[in-house]
Amino acid sequence: MRIALFITCVNDTLFPDTGRAVVELLERLGHEVVFPQGQTCCGQMHYNTGYRRPATKLAVRFVQTFDGADAVVVPSASCAAMIREHYPRLGRSGSRLSRKVAALAPRVYDLTELLVDVLGVTDVDAYYPHRVAYHPTCHGLRMLGLGDRPYRLLRAVRGLDLVEVGRPEECCGFGGTFALKNSDVSTAMGADKARQAVDTGAEVLCMVDNSCLMHVGGILQRQRSGVRVAHIAEILARTETSEAAVSPTTEEADR
Amino acid sequence: MSATFLGMPPFPEAARAAVEDSQLRHNLHKATHTIRDKRGQAVGELDDWAELRSEGAAIKEHTLRHLDRYLEQVEESVQRAGGTVHWASDAAEANAIVTRLVHGTGQSDVVKVKSMATQEIELNRALEQAGITAYETDLAELIVQLGQDLPSHILVPAIHLGRARIREIFLEHMARWGVPAPQGLTDDPRALAEAARVHLRERFLNTRTAISGANFVVADSGTTVVLESEGNGRMCLTLPETLISVVGIEKIVPTFDDLEVFMQLLPRSSTGERMNPYTSMWSGVAPGDGPQEFHLVLLDNGRTDVLADTVGRQALRCIRCSACLNACPVYERTGGHAYGSVYPGPIGAILTPQLQGMSSETDRSLPYASSLCGACYEVCPVAIDIPEVLVHLREQAVEGPGRTGEKAMMAGAEAALSSPAALEAAQRAASAVRGAVPRHLPGAASAWTDTRSVPEIPEESFRRWWKKRGEER
Amino acid sequence: MSGSRERVLGRVRAALEDVPADEPAERVPSRTYARSHGAGPALEVLVDRLEEYRALVHRVRPEELAGQVAAVLERRGARRVVVPSGVPGAWLAETDVERVPDSRQDPRSPGELDAVDGAVTGCAVAVAETGTIVLDGSPDQGRRSVTLIPDHHLCVVRADQVVDAVPEAVRLLEPTRPLTWISGPSATSDIELDRVEGVHGPRTLEVLLVAGNG
Repeated sequence: MRIALFITCVNDTLFPDTGRAVVELLERLGHEVVFPQGQTCCGQMHYNTGYRRPATKLAVRFVQTFDGADAVVVPSASCAAMIREHYPRLGRSGSRLSRKVAALAPRVYDLTELLVDVLGVTDVDAYYPHRVAYHPTCHGLRMLGLGDRPYRLLRAVRGLDLVEVGRPEECCGFGGTFALKNSDVSTAMGADKARQAVDTGAEVLCMVDNSCLMHVGGILQRQRSGVRVAHIAEILARTETSEAAVSPTTEEADR
Repeated sequence: MSATFLGMPPFPEAARAAVEDSQLRHNLHKATHTIRDKRGQAVGELDDWAELRSEGAAIKEHTLRHLDRYLEQVEESVQRAGGTVHWASDAAEANAIVTRLVHGTGQSDVVKVKSMATQEIELNRALEQAGITAYETDLAELIVQLGQDLPSHILVPAIHLGRARIREIFLEHMARWGVPAPQGLTDDPRALAEAARVHLRERFLNTRTAISGANFVVADSGTTVVLESEGNGRMCLTLPETLISVVGIEKIVPTFDDLEVFMQLLPRSSTGERMNPYTSMWSGVAPGDGPQEFHLVLLDNGRTDVLADTVGRQALRCIRCSACLNACPVYERTGGHAYGSVYPGPIGAILTPQLQGMSSETDRSLPYASSLCGACYEVCPVAIDIPEVLVHLREQAVEGPGRTGEKAMMAGAEAALSSPAALEAAQRAASAVRGAVPRHLPGAASAWTDTRSVPEIPEESFRRWWKKRGEER
Repeated sequence: MSGSRERVLGRVRAALEDVPADEPAERVPSRTYARSHGAGPALEVLVDRLEEYRALVHRVRPEELAGQVAAVLERRGARRVVVPSGVPGAWLAETDVERVPDSRQDPRSPGELDAVDGAVTGCAVAVAETGTIVLDGSPDQGRRSVTLIPDHHLCVVRADQVVDAVPEAVRLLEPTRPLTWISGPSATSDIELDRVEGVHGPRTLEVLLVAGNG
């Protein structure tokens, strides 16, 4: 299958390893990945902060860039949710934007949805011999309804010991600009989530969204907790060969 | 003597103080988690919860869309049943009506059932100025009134106080309001509840005028409905000669049969019980049983402004269950006072700015008091999409004054994201300073770096890697 | 403030400009939710739920009722109980406690009710799934204050008055009557969410559930 990658601005700029992992993984599974050059950002930050006009412009850019794609993969549950759940609210009814959104949005998938629902695979032949704590992020959990997809994928990874972070339904406190505007509350929430992650005894904290990981990972690192963080794509891309090439102490930098 | 929310600081400031108060954090964590789990169990028992929820939402939405008709029907039904209906377009009018009615009874004392509407209009303060003493009778409201405190939760207004503090308040202040607390009062909740029972008993038996709100007013039958637990509601709604109920115009449901939906949704969402201990339903006046004079005050006070906003309107479906407060990770860490309003938590963050407008910095800060995690929407028994309304209100807030730093940041981001070339240029600029980013950043960015490490900027962006990869192939 | 009525209604109408004029103002309920949840045999469920609220429940056969009423009142040490005018005399045939009569025509004052040891009434309907008893002010249930002020409420529930769930109960009730839904004794959770039974209403709710042949 030919799959268009929407990398998202955060991954593009700060977490390119996640994008490389998505490409590696999908190609390993025998699919073609394309990267439409016109893409920038889904507009979530502007939209969620109340700046609707710039968000709408970015939505227009997105639908133009990905027009006609069979499937768009987004390695960020909240960006996928922005496109699927909020884009329909941006265009006036009957407008060109809302028609384009109606046509495109159903073919936009979070990585775990693409793998499980579209490509019909849960065992991606990955190898990751570590204890991994998984936290379902809010937009993945409630807006996309990812359900057990990430768990099924992770459970099929050889060597991986999966544990769940306590109170999985509770927000980690990132919330986009919330993390800055209400940094005290945001940090209090993040510190609780970090403690729950440490309590699992896991080496690695995994999520489907790098922005949430950046927040909790930032706290974990500041606390020198020893728990590393990894986007689910980076775990699923790992094989015996690539695992051997990376020494455990130098793999993914803490976020 | 009644405290007020006027002049509270913006949310982030109030929240900071709350987050640092470890006793408060402990009380709130325990209380919200207890009630959250109870609700989950009570809701989980009903396999048709989704259907009940969508029916509840549909009933309320329909009523709001035809509110004029239903208001007229309520007026007619209540009057036919022997009650009197009054209309108040704002708080001042409502307070004047109630004051006049109480004066008309010749009484200077009234007993009150916990009511959000009367808190919203600061009725107690208005009565006090007219020489009338209003005695709160709900245990938590009594605690708040005795302690000259402010409520911090819709259902459990004293949720921020622990038993030891409640004991102190009883010992210190009960005597001034009536029967004193017993000697040797302990902080056992049983003993504290008993002290409240004794304190209020004579008051209930002898006070001739009561004031309440209502959970529902039924248009077709003219029935008023109050759900409660302690029996103070029944005391106030049954024993006095005159009953005055102040009710927001959004509290209407069309038919008595519709109560079969809400009598399932509300108790399970609110206290997490299958049913609350007591519910009173009355239609006007029942000759020889209960108050022989009944006044219903229909209150607007900003509700028609909410109604006019087609996105914000859904906030008027709210049945004040407070499930959203209990589910909210922000409320759990800040408590209710930080919201600076009688309506705290997620519902308060969308209701208060809509009812009061967003002229103050505090009101404009409320729509941002959320990480948009969506837990509130998930538990709302009438499916109010609180995150949607929050974002909608943020769009109005950014039209307001100030926020120069934020606007500059958003404009900068807009420019950087306006084209792939602009984004690539920004990424190159960032890569150029990689390794030189300090651990702690100054200014607005310190909000991040004070507590969190900054991610390391990579050598090359994804799109550069992709381009190079294409060239190498 | 007669102008307020027109002002509020005017604002409401102005606010609803987006609602199409031809949208029906009558709602046809979808009622896709359940009429009952099949929690089990109604009487067993009712007993279970009432007991969970710390109500005292006794299952009795019709011919045992008078004896059970007498036994309950004796256990309580009750000397005077208020009895609404419509309560069948047979219920109290085997007790010699003093009966204080009450009716809409001949009401006792709150002070008088405060001086009795309890109240004996029937009910209008009971909801098994929620452990709820509904009183509707009929002569066998009395005025609302009768079951409120005394500290003990002894309520007789007949098996044929028990329905499974809330929707069935609502359909059986007459909205114009004063209705009181009772689910266990009064309670509060206002102090640290710790549930305490017995605040202002009767601290003891005792139910005689009458079922069986007869």
